[in-house]
This record gives sequence, structure tokens and C-alpha cells, in this order.
Amino acid sequence: MRLLALDPLLVGDVDFGIVMIVLLKVVVTFALILVAVMLMIWFERKVHADMSNRLGPNRAGPFGLFQTLADGTKFFFKEDLVPDRADRVVFAIAPFLAMVPAFVTFSVVPIGGVFTEEKQGTVEIFGNHTYLQLADPPIGILLVLAMSSIAVYGVMLAGWSSGSKYPLLGSVRATAQMVSYEAALGLSVVSVVLLSGSLSTHDIVMSQAGEGFLGIVPSWNLIVAGVVPFVIFVIAATAELNRPPFDLVEAEQELVGGFHTEYSSIRFALFYLAEFMNVVTMSGIIVTLFLGGPAGPTLFGPDWIWGPIWFVLKVLVFCFMFVWFRTTLPRFRYDQLMDLGWKVLIPLALGWLLLLAAVNVARDEGWNLPLVVVVAVVVMVAGYGGLVAAIRTAQRRRELDPEGVH
Amino acid sequence: MGYLEGFAVSFKKLFKGTRSGRTETVPYVKDQGPKREKPVRMHGRHVLNRYEDGMEKCIGCELCAGVCPARCIYVRGADNPPDDPVSPGERYGFVYEINYLRCIHCDLCVEACPTEAITETKLFEFSFTNRQDAIYTKAELVVGDDGLPQQLPWEDWSDLDRVAAWSSAWVRATAPSGDADFVGRVGWSGELGFGVKPPEQGQRAEQQEDEAGAPDAAPADHADGGHH
Repeated sequence: MRLLALDPLLVGDVDFGIVMIVLLKVVVTFALILVAVMLMIWFERKVHADMSNRLGPNRAGPFGLFQTLADGTKFFFKEDLVPDRADRVVFAIAPFLAMVPAFVTFSVVPIGGVFTEEKQGTVEIFGNHTYLQLADPPIGILLVLAMSSIAVYGVMLAGWSSGSKYPLLGSVRATAQMVSYEAALGLSVVSVVLLSGSLSTHDIVMSQAGEGFLGIVPSWNLIVAGVVPFVIFVIAATAELNRPPFDLVEAEQELVGGFHTEYSSIRFALFYLAEFMNVVTMSGIIVTLFLGGPAGPTLFGPDWIWGPIWFVLKVLVFCFMFVWFRTTLPRFRYDQLMDLGWKVLIPLALGWLLLLAAVNVARDEGWNLPLVVVVAVVVMVAGYGGLVAAIRTAQRRRELDPEGVH
Repeated sequence: MGYLEGFAVSFKKLFKGTRSGRTETVPYVKDQGPKREKPVRMHGRHVLNRYEDGMEKCIGCELCAGVCPARCIYVRGADNPPDDPVSPGERYGFVYEINYLRCIHCDLCVEACPTEAITETKLFEFSFTNRQDAIYTKAELVVGDDGLPQQLPWEDWSDLDRVAAWSSAWVRATAPSGDADFVGRVGWSGELGFGVKPPEQGQRAEQQEDEAGAPDAAPADHADGGHH
């Protein structure tokens, strides 16, 4: 039973009403993410414009709110071009490979619920207790990682099947970048999973819902796991999303439009949609993993209404953060990107994970905690020193023999 | 932390620029405030000029069509009817079409024209919605009896003084880098409704104006030319 569904809705007999509730959840989730993407595009353009002393969209609707709708409508009526040298089948499939994972990822993000001891993150819909998330598979957060890996295929195949130089270069960059940063991303997720003891997104939120330190500081993983995994996750997520300052995939100055140069019409719109949907989803995942998801205090009124409110507020912070990054930071050079990923983020994430594991074991076994931390830090500093020494040696070798003959 | 200062800069801008209205964007809104100042030699859409007596200047020589790098001009010349000539010479352009979906506004046609027949205006609004409308024929290009360009349905003429007087600015340039004897000297024919327009002043005159502290936008007032 636990393998199939943890949601109390699906425990026991599944009748027609329950099927209808699940269908309702599907529709609501789908509509929610689409509207969220529409507003996100508007939000990004508006904030980005404000930060660079421009006006941003202001023609369609109040404050230009319907600009995205107008753009979307226009995309539908544009001519759909396929280059002569394109691999037609793959060319047609690629946008969907980018978009579907974006939709699927959002289905495991908890967007509401009452996270108290009695209610365990459930709400009551028509007399049935259920989680306010579309699905809660036991592999939860692994699904997120898997989907972000599949999304790479969309980008990669789009570039490859275009039969054109620049998209290919863009997709090669995308593949290298996403594979590199997935390691750091995964390692910081493992830190969270280690503390929560579960892969399920619902359980991760539940584990952060308790009374925090002194009743003021929340027991979010952001604090419990130390700030380091959070920072690593945010940086790696930005790279995973191909957003500035890591947007080498679509570096306009070098690669025209990057992997989607040859795309037009609604196919291009799908890439665009997927990109912004990933921003919203990734913000939701950061909130789930590190900021306690929809869990938060009930200030007044019914308790079920506060889950979505806290969730939206927390997600907005991260959506803003991604836009802020874009406005402020110049793009990384390719070697800087690789250096940051492989030589800084991955060793740091791995070291912090080992430290957390050591502390956990020491707490269980009753060892001397400060001593364990000191020993762990000394060992890791020594290890990092070895790594730096190895990198320096390799660099010196390259300088002595730049052609790589010997 | 030098990295974080940049974040502070962009965050402050979030509240400053838009609230005080000091944005870089100049809103282009029809019937709301003046249009943006345009450079004297801006390349807008073309007009076919006429002499002061109403005769067309175009002689149908097709030099503009020949020089056009975008191949957007189509001209056919014909002999003037002896009893009712369209242009003063032997021939006139009886078909003249410019396809504005192709035109790149390089103004090579204006340079090629031997009679100053084709010049460029400051009109820049090309909001046609089908391809046929994009091809301007003689009906749209030849100036009207008052010497003004034909106003097309999608053109906003709230800055009429510029549209009218500056329709042949480039032609009236007297190059300071060329022979100094020709600075400010009129070497062009008159236009219907305007007569012989004064020479373009150039940057030196603008500087003198700035120093004198009396900026004057209307070029027609500089009739005495750049001798001072």
C-alpha cells in the first residue's frame, strides 16, 4: 500500500467521488501552473524593466498584465518553419520533451495543506482528507531530478535536430552544463534527504513543520542543514534552468538564440513556456526542500487557507531572486562555469554532506560531537588541499607542454 | 563582499526609476504629447517631388531602380504626351512603385536621382496589414497640390511642421568636406508649395545657435544661410 500511494485519499476503497477529486486536482494543477507561468513572464519583464530604468510591457491590459496572452496568441498564428536540413521527427518532438518534464515536476510540489501534528499536512475536500499536491510518490524528490535530466534531452535534441551550427553549439553547451551542475544539485538534495529521512516531498515538508529554535526561528532545512546546501542548490538550480548568469546555452551575442534559433511559432513558444515554468517549479522545489513548503503559522481564520498563502509568498521571493540575478550578474565565461561547478560546488556539497552524515552518526552513537566536527573538518580541509594541489600540478604541466605531446 | 554591491544597485533602481518617471523609455502614444525629436537627415518614407509649377520632377530614368540594393523600386518611363506633359523634359515616370517590405531606407535612390525627384520624409509609420498595402505607387508617393506628402491612413501627422518642411533635407546638404565655395550655396530646384528651400545648416550652425542661446527648430528660418 505504501508503495503506491501515501495520500490518505487513496488509502482504502477508491470510489467515484475520489476519482473526481483526483481529476479536479489534475485540472487545477494544470491551470495553476499555466497561469503562474503567464504571470511569471509578466513579472520578470516588469521587474527587469524597472531595475534597468525602463517601463516594461504596459499596453495590453492593466499594467501590461495580458502581454503574455497577446504574445501567445501571436505565436499561434505565426508560420511554423522547419529548416530543410532538420531531422523533422526529432525537431517536432524536442519542444514537448522540454515542456512535459516541466509540467510533471510541478505535480510533486506541495502547494498547501495544514502541517500540524493532528492533520499531518492534509486538508478536507468534500469529506475526504487529502494532500494539496497532485501526487506524492515515495520517490518524490528523485522524480524532480529525473525530470530535470529528461529536460536536457529537449534542449539537446532541439539543437541537434535543427541541422544548423549555432543551435548545435548551444545544445552541446547545455548538455555539458546541465550534467555538471546536476551533480552539485543532487548532492545538496541528499543533505536535505539525510535530515528528513524521506524522499517524499510531503514528508520533507512535514519534517520542517515543527516548532523551531526558541519558537521563533523556524526549523527549516535552510537553517537545520546549515546554509551551505541551500546556497549550492540555488546556484546549481540557476545553472540547471539555464538562467543568467549561467545562460551560456542561449548566449545571444555568441549563438544567435542558442538551441532554439531555428524554432518559430508555437514550437518556440513551448520552449519559452517550459523555461518559465521551470523557474516557477524550481522556486517551488527550493521552497519545499529548504523553506518548509506551505507550512507556516495560522494567523487568523480557517487554517487550510494559510498553506497556499505561505507557499505563494515564499515562491515569489525566489521568482524575484531569479529575476534579480538576471538583472545584476553578467554571464559566466565557459571555463569559469566549469570551474565553479566541478572545483567549487561539487567538492563543497560533498564535504558538507559528509559533515552532516558524521554529525548524524555521532548523535545516534553518542560520540563526542565537537570532536567529530573538528576531525571531519580537518580531514576535509586536507582532502581539499590535495585536490587544489592536483589541479595546480595539472595546470603547471599544461603550461610546460601546451600541445599535450608528452 | 564586492559581489553584493551590484545587487544593491539593481535593487535600488527597482524603486527609483519608475516612481519618479525617470525611465529611459520614451512612450510612443498616439495623441499624447509630442513625438520624439527626429534627426534632420532621418531616412523615412519617400516622396516624389514636383516643381513649383506643378510638373513632376521624375523623368523615368530608372537610375533609382538600378542603384537600389534591395531591388524594391520599380519604374517605367514613357514619352510625355505633347499636348499635356507630366514633366518638363522628354519623358516621365508613368509607373513608380516602392515596396516597403523590401526597402532598407539606405537613400541611395535619393543620391542617384538627377532631378531631386525622389527624396525622403520624416514619416516612419508603416502599419499596413497586408502585402499589397506595402507597395506604394504614384498615387501615394507624388506630393499633393499643396506640396505636402499624401497622408496615408496609418500615418500620424501630429508633427506636421517637420513632415512638411523637412521632406528633402538631405538633398539640401552642402558638404563642408567638399569645395568650400559651395557651402550654403543653393544648387537645387524649387518644390511645389515651398519654393526654393534654404540650405541645410549642418552642425556648425547648430553649435553657433547653442552658443548664442537661441535654439530654433524650424529650418525655414535659416533662409539667409550659413554665412555668419
